[in-house]
Amino acid sequence: MEFIFYFLSSVLLFSALRVITSQNPVYSALFLVLSFFSAAGIWLLLQAEFLAIALVLVYVGAVMVLFLFVIMMLDINLNQMRKGFWDYLPAASFVAIIMLIEMILVLNKSYFESPNFFTPPTISNTDELGSVLYSDYILPFEIAAIILLVAIISAITLTLRHTKINKNMNPADQIKVKKNDRIKMINMKSETRLKKVKDKL
Amino acid sequence: MIHLSHFLILSALLFLIGVVGIFLNRKNIITILMAIELMLLAVNMNFIAFSYFLGDLAGQVFVFFILTVAAAESAIGLAIIILVFRNNHSINVDELNKLKG
Repeated sequence: MEFIFYFLSSVLLFSALRVITSQNPVYSALFLVLSFFSAAGIWLLLQAEFLAIALVLVYVGAVMVLFLFVIMMLDINLNQMRKGFWDYLPAASFVAIIMLIEMILVLNKSYFESPNFFTPPTISNTDELGSVLYSDYILPFEIAAIILLVAIISAITLTLRHTKINKNMNPADQIKVKKNDRIKMINMKSETRLKKVKDKL
Repeated sequence: MIHLSHFLILSALLFLIGVVGIFLNRKNIITILMAIELMLLAVNMNFIAFSYFLGDLAGQVFVFFILTVAAAESAIGLAIIILVFRNNHSINVDELNKLKG
């Protein structure tokens, strides 16, 4: 377990570093996929199987593909983006070192060594999670569904473009339609036979 | 033996990489979004590590909701980026000063 943990975490940290330093955003997106994947491996070590698989399916499968779509769709001037890249390294490293010192002070081994109330689960992680999600956390679960709905609607309305050749239907007009708008009754005589017409001629 | 502090230090390093990424890529808004994703991943790893070592499932439920909100956030963020690019022909953060804030 130790070897797997150290291997996965080194891959995770390396790929996270490449995400923020690579020249091309496409490479950073692909390295972000790698880091999500190794994080999912670490979550498997922590016996969070459902969330690990959800991370791979939802993030690697959907969100990162969305990122790649957007990156490839936009025509980004990379040279302009890279200008002054290392200018902010002093400020960044200052903040990072201070945060690192603070975290080392807090995350000392002596504070976090003792608690281990881990009990071997009797049912699968997905069963366990589902049983609390649909009972104790039912209201947050429904709110999460509403948040996703709002995200769908807002993403579509933000990017929707009204062009002249747009063949969208207007639902209000569709509902307002009466029978008389569609069908017109005409009074006309029944057709005479072709032969009679020829005789007349 | 791997203790809780190992996982906490790993996620702390991941969070620091995300913070440094926001500083370094402050012109490219797409990479900033990716750095935010890294920071969210670090937070989620903290939650899951505590959930494992304390034997409490609430942490995993929280991670579930964080994943939901993060997915919604990145979808809306990318839609806004597309909108900005359509209006500005650039996604340089320095040029996003039309609101004169």
